[in-house]
Amino acid sequence: MSTPALELSGLRKSFGRTEIIRGIDLSIGKSERHAIIGPNGAGKSTLFNLITARFAPTAGTVKLHGEDLSGLQPFQINRKGLSRSFQITNIFPAMTVFENVRCALLWSQGYKYSFWNLVNRKRDLTEGAEAVLEQINLSARRNLPAGTLSYAEQRALEIGITIAGGANVIMLDEPTAGMSHSETDYITDLILKVTEGKTLIMVEHDMGVVFGLADRISVLVYGEIIATGKPADVRADPKVQEAYLGAALEAEH
Amino acid sequence: MTDQITTDPSKAVERMRAGSMTLTLAPWIIAAILLAILPYVFQNNSSITIMNQMWITVIFALAYNMLLGQGGMLSFGHAVYAGVGGFACMHIMNASDFFAVLPLPVLPIFGGLFGMGLAIIVGSFSTRSAGTVFAMISLGVGELIAACSVIIVAFFGGEEGVSGDRTYAQPFFGTEFLQQIEVYYLISGWVLISAALMYLWSRTPIGRMSNAVRDNPERAEFLGYSARWVRFYSFVASGFFAGIAGGLFAINYEILTEENLNTTSSGVILLVTFLGGVGFFFGPIIGAIAFTLLQTVLSLQTELWAFYAGTLFVATVMFFPGGLAGLLMMHVPVFRLGKAKLLVIPYIKTLIPAFIGILGMSALIEMTFHVRHAATGDNEMTLFWTTFNSHAIVPWVIAIGVTAVALGITRATAPALREAWSTANTAGGSQ
Repeated sequence: MSTPALELSGLRKSFGRTEIIRGIDLSIGKSERHAIIGPNGAGKSTLFNLITARFAPTAGTVKLHGEDLSGLQPFQINRKGLSRSFQITNIFPAMTVFENVRCALLWSQGYKYSFWNLVNRKRDLTEGAEAVLEQINLSARRNLPAGTLSYAEQRALEIGITIAGGANVIMLDEPTAGMSHSETDYITDLILKVTEGKTLIMVEHDMGVVFGLADRISVLVYGEIIATGKPADVRADPKVQEAYLGAALEAEH
Repeated sequence: MTDQITTDPSKAVERMRAGSMTLTLAPWIIAAILLAILPYVFQNNSSITIMNQMWITVIFALAYNMLLGQGGMLSFGHAVYAGVGGFACMHIMNASDFFAVLPLPVLPIFGGLFGMGLAIIVGSFSTRSAGTVFAMISLGVGELIAACSVIIVAFFGGEEGVSGDRTYAQPFFGTEFLQQIEVYYLISGWVLISAALMYLWSRTPIGRMSNAVRDNPERAEFLGYSARWVRFYSFVASGFFAGIAGGLFAINYEILTEENLNTTSSGVILLVTFLGGVGFFFGPIIGAIAFTLLQTVLSLQTELWAFYAGTLFVATVMFFPGGLAGLLMMHVPVFRLGKAKLLVIPYIKTLIPAFIGILGMSALIEMTFHVRHAATGDNEMTLFWTTFNSHAIVPWVIAIGVTAVALGITRATAPALREAWSTANTAGGSQ
């Protein structure tokens, strides 16, 4: 059996006396599309932040391709091939769309902290950034300050920044939050397209998106995973229905 | 709304805005020509002295803006990097054996290296975070090193400072730098080189990421860059160029004192940079020119020049946070829409009374100052080429009247200007 792309074991996080994440064991295989769902306040974003070292876990380990990530900084984790987006749009609003994507390419193209390369003279950067813009359909917005884009475009840009570096594990935190139906469909297609062959872990509220995208689903309630499995199995699980899904499914129909 | 802001990459100004300006040589050639001919336009010695000071300030302000504008780091103690670079150069000047074989134009490099060395030491702990922590550390370190000037007398020369003589250097193609004009061209050469290098720096991966870390350090971390190291490298580079400015100061004035290190000097460079505008590369250049003119020309006219400079600074922060450069660049969309003509008349109608109003207010301030501070019995003062009795009632009535009327007109015409501005910024036919 091959090593899972991401493996969480005994992961816990407390803020003061409140335990938000109460022991999570989860293994996500290579090229799997995994969705994490759960009611508000279940700890989904906290879980994301633990995996990407935005917060330090109270106990437990996170392994990326079998390698323990504890003690690493976010930028070190990113260099190991894990990239994430944020629940609240997190781009460089004052820079142009093109520049946003180009910044996301710099490290992975090996430019590091160099001050002897001029970015405008580097064809690999320009072409790489253009290719990503093409993928996320923002070529026409190339030279606009990113902050002036529409909300859906900013979310698309953030996905572009997240995938630009070529990471093989992509984590998206509520990529369709606050979007209209057509925008949601657009972003869903985009996610399918850009995460082809990569491991995707996403937090999502929209059940349509979740059941359309995910190979497997985990249900997080009060800091614990109460069920993991194929969409159909999770949907049928009585515990899940009781805790969460029933209400959400009813609301959808 | 959005389609108005589409940028046209064939225009230099817009490429600069878009942050992807390909190298155009035109501004640099123009700058080089200007630097070369200015001494022929302003020939007297005091003008050349002012320009020397100006170009040194330009380098220092550009170096400072590598932190403030490009890296989002507010430093309250940046004078020490220039100062230490300058002191190091003074000591090299006084090391006669070494200095005798060193061509003078090379000297500022040593200032740069010393400024950079200090920046490496301080930056290793101060760049851990930006914001308040960085600002406080920079202030603390600034005070600390300024205080060292009376403790480490061997290096800082105590209260009288360190002085030297630049003419002991190895002659450079027969030039011994005895005259101010020779020093002018030395400084001009360095200002061009430094500005070009700093501009190129902003186009490198580290320079681009410096902007990224300024805007959103967290996102930058998730792109593989350590925000701390990005800040550190910017800080070190800024220290280097500040040290170059310090070295040129040493060459120009041949003396450095505690004044070159203290918080006042650090405050001045913050003021200069902000006044010019931190959002554009050329902002600090405008700021340095404007401030040096205020400092030198206005200080000949009034003792209160610092008061006016302070007022201007506060007004800039409150009303034009983009600085003078931002104010200029605000007009770019208007010109692009071809509607600049619409603004001429409203500008005249508002700005001329505003200008008179400001002169009126400054007259009142000067008169108050004269009444309070002139020797008793000295009632005569001269203001705007008019001599009058500052204790008489008539000049006061005139000054107050003119000010009130001018400000009243400004206020009355301001709405029309605002309207013209919004019309000029709207695409399509005039409303």
